[in-house]
Amino acid sequence: MSIRTEPVTMNVGPIHPSTHGVFRMRVTFDGEEIIDVEPVIGYLHRGSEKLAEERTYTQVVTLTDRMDYVASMTNNQSYILSVEKLAGITPSPRGVWLRMIASELQRIASHAVANGFLINDLGAWHTPLLYMLREREKILEMFEMLCGARITNSYLRPGGVFMDAPDQFWPALNRFLDEMPHRIDDIENLLSTNEIVLIRTQNVGVLKKDECLNASITGPVLRASGVDWDLRHKNPYDYYDQISFSRPLGEIGDNHDRFLVRIFEMRESLKILRQCIENIQPGPVRPKEVPFLVRPPKGDSYVPIESPKGELGFYLVSDGGVSPFRCHVRAPSFINLTLLREMVLGDKIADLFVTFGSLDVNMGEVDR
Amino acid sequence: MFGFGLIKGLWVTFKNLIGPTFTVQYPDKRVGLFKVAKYYKQNPFSFLKSHPIDGLKSIVGQAVIKEYPDQFPRFRGQEFNWYEDRCTGCASCAKYCPLGIIEIETHPGENNIQEGTSYDIDVFDIDIGRCMFCGICVEACPFDALHMGSGFEKATEKREELVIAVDELRSADKRPSTWFRPQIEQSSYQPRDKEMDDFHDIGRHEKPTKEELTERWVNER
Amino acid sequence: MNTVMDSVVFKFIYCHLVSSNECVDSFRILGSGFISEKYSIIGFLITSLILILILINGALVGVLALIWGERRLIGRFQARLGPNRWGPWGIFTPVADAIKVMFKEDISPRLSDKFVFVLAPVLMVIPVLMIFAVIPFGKATFLTDLNVGVLFILAITSTNTLSVLMAGWGSGNRYGIIGGLRAVAMLLSYEIPMALAAVGVILMAGSLSIIKVIESQTIPFAIFQPLGFLTFLIAATAELNRSPFDITEAESELIAGYMTEYSSMKFGLFFLGEFMATIAASAVIVCLFLGGWRGPEIIPSHFWFLIKWILMICVFIWFRATFPRLRVDQIMELAWKALFELTLINILAVAILMLIWPDPTILELWIMTGINWIIFFVSLWIFGKLLGPKPEQKDGVSRKIVLQK
Repeated sequence: MSIRTEPVTMNVGPIHPSTHGVFRMRVTFDGEEIIDVEPVIGYLHRGSEKLAEERTYTQVVTLTDRMDYVASMTNNQSYILSVEKLAGITPSPRGVWLRMIASELQRIASHAVANGFLINDLGAWHTPLLYMLREREKILEMFEMLCGARITNSYLRPGGVFMDAPDQFWPALNRFLDEMPHRIDDIENLLSTNEIVLIRTQNVGVLKKDECLNASITGPVLRASGVDWDLRHKNPYDYYDQISFSRPLGEIGDNHDRFLVRIFEMRESLKILRQCIENIQPGPVRPKEVPFLVRPPKGDSYVPIESPKGELGFYLVSDGGVSPFRCHVRAPSFINLTLLREMVLGDKIADLFVTFGSLDVNMGEVDR
Repeated sequence: MFGFGLIKGLWVTFKNLIGPTFTVQYPDKRVGLFKVAKYYKQNPFSFLKSHPIDGLKSIVGQAVIKEYPDQFPRFRGQEFNWYEDRCTGCASCAKYCPLGIIEIETHPGENNIQEGTSYDIDVFDIDIGRCMFCGICVEACPFDALHMGSGFEKATEKREELVIAVDELRSADKRPSTWFRPQIEQSSYQPRDKEMDDFHDIGRHEKPTKEELTERWVNER
Repeated sequence: MNTVMDSVVFKFIYCHLVSSNECVDSFRILGSGFISEKYSIIGFLITSLILILILINGALVGVLALIWGERRLIGRFQARLGPNRWGPWGIFTPVADAIKVMFKEDISPRLSDKFVFVLAPVLMVIPVLMIFAVIPFGKATFLTDLNVGVLFILAITSTNTLSVLMAGWGSGNRYGIIGGLRAVAMLLSYEIPMALAAVGVILMAGSLSIIKVIESQTIPFAIFQPLGFLTFLIAATAELNRSPFDITEAESELIAGYMTEYSSMKFGLFFLGEFMATIAASAVIVCLFLGGWRGPEIIPSHFWFLIKWILMICVFIWFRATFPRLRVDQIMELAWKALFELTLINILAVAILMLIWPDPTILELWIMTGINWIIFFVSLWIFGKLLGPKPEQKDGVSRKIVLQK
């Protein structure tokens, strides 16, 4: 007598402790193995792209903060670079260096959050998460020194940064640069040779090179699968061509590689920060002739940058007025999410959340 | 060998056990004798004489002192500081607010009606229930009359009470944050310590000169 | 085997009640007893009831202390303070927890099986209390000394399994049954390494009675049989449903575990039972492996037991704070492919060593310890190679992160 089994479809609802944000999945599994995953998104849609058509170029900066709410500085940077190209504004050098410093700090903070929550999904009762959040606190304090708000900072303006860094910022940054390598080493010691983490994350959620390239995946996910593509090297914006740093590449694109790639990228960001501090010169942070209301000539522009989650770009179309005519966001999390089904098929249920966490998806960006 | 990774993990956790904590115990925390004496700025003996009950409590480590998290001068707080004698009622702040929460109603003042250089403010409402504290209103004000505040403890029990009316704006404590006001920053003013008493000596932020404006708006176009 | 009259506490209370010939040399402060020898059975019963009352209340107070202690200690492992608002240093937090649990609404699902549903939490708590009856808390301080003490303890820990199964079935929720069955599979598979590791101890002690086990530990068995200690520790962590084996409580992110339909005091009883089991398991490990109340005579033996007990509980909390969770099939693999064989190797090694040196002196004991440690490292290395994570993928591609310039 054979036992008749039947696959079960279950709803992993929008409210769930392990989906980062409001994300719903309809999972079909047979026993322990996953047969089908159907993501349902749209629970955080706020109409940012439509709202941007009614606001002036400076006011849209506040909207871009709130799309990827974990990494606001890089969102601002992508938008402002697009505006500058559209309006033909040359930013001032000190502003650009400050932009790069803020952006690299934000990259460290975002990777810390991503890795911390990944290990949290594995079940290590918040301990590594709290260690990473302790480091992120220092970064958020530095952001408060710079611009008064910790997370949704609207720090960048067309032409540079809107206000110079205060005097307390530079000693705090140097202190941070001295302590952070030890903390990253701590986390690496805690986790990357831990046998339980290795057993849970190796050879799980494998993503091969050609699948990535066919689906336009970008960011640490792509680099963990072995493709050498980083927009800061291939398509340099700001002053990234004057700085030398390396990019970590993985071999097999599984969860463990993605986890390690983010940790190595945090170290590379520290290197970039040191070079920025050496290169920065006193001066104005914003050219004086940039008006409060920017009126770019007719045209369109798209400048992609390397945000912590992948390639982020704002496609701006202007018709000569004070508001953009159309603002479209190429959100990396949205595009990386399309491959969730292929990555997860054949693995067990418990691996679903770990794989999803290692993709580092932010629902604010997916739904806008 | 199998197991060393686990032992390294145990060692890292143990190091954090004997290390310091990073909790900020807001609003009050319980401390022992030396810390509470330092808080009241006395040495331990005079503290024991002046506060006997608190002294007894502090010997067992249960005296209560207040604590606040670190806050920096540019913190965009939850109130607004408005200097009425600088305000002309131009409503630039209301125009550039992305959410449109500032409501201004004015009538022309008695002097200089023809020139219209000054308006008397009837209504100046800011609804901080819907505000996102982005600071664009502060950036837009051409006369440096509106500043962000530095408080964050403004919770009320009804939503209607969250609208700051013009009387409250006039009479509130003035602790402006230095967001977009570099001239206040240069005077090394710390909003948490004391109220800013005299604001008038601090100049306005730098504006483009007439030549630069002509260059940008007339010649380049 | 010791009788109850060998227990100092028992004799103290008994002799205050009954005047009998056995009580001549006992320690009496309040004068001799008032019940005559003919009715000494009444005195016996009263003394037993008093001691049982003390023991149960002590266990409950211990649970309260553990609730507070665990949250503060996990907080310190994570570089933050634990609960510190209610009462000085937060010691009234368990009281707040208890009040919260009691004030919740007691929901009983319509489709549940009422008898089984209500009985399951009770079955979780009561057997664990029975473990405290056989544990000696000091040199001559015990409630009873069964001559099958170790077997008794192993039998009681099996009732945990039954309670989980009843809870899962009684919920009437299909996900409860799935969660409950998974938990039962895990609990059943880890009983075997636990029992076999205890066999290694019994071989050396020569008897199943706990007091004999403690008395025969000139070197604590944790040092003497590291393999047995390690496997017992891992198996005990799994039996307690704690990290890294807490699939029952927390894999219920996806599938609801066996505890979902429980609210209010029934949930409180599950909570209580789990914490009490932690305390009991630590006490058992201290008795079997760490030498019980043995220690240098500078402080009384009760304090040695207390210190070792608290240290063992802290070890369990340390494991919870550090390790992520294993997946269900990996847990089963660990039990059947690794721990089972390791315990068998342990028994073989101990038996062969006992055959070579049947009556060891201290020096020979240390030599046996050395041999056991060598076997420990060798077998861990072999099993690590066979079962551990492999650095290379299947088709020989090696794994490393390349820093590309």
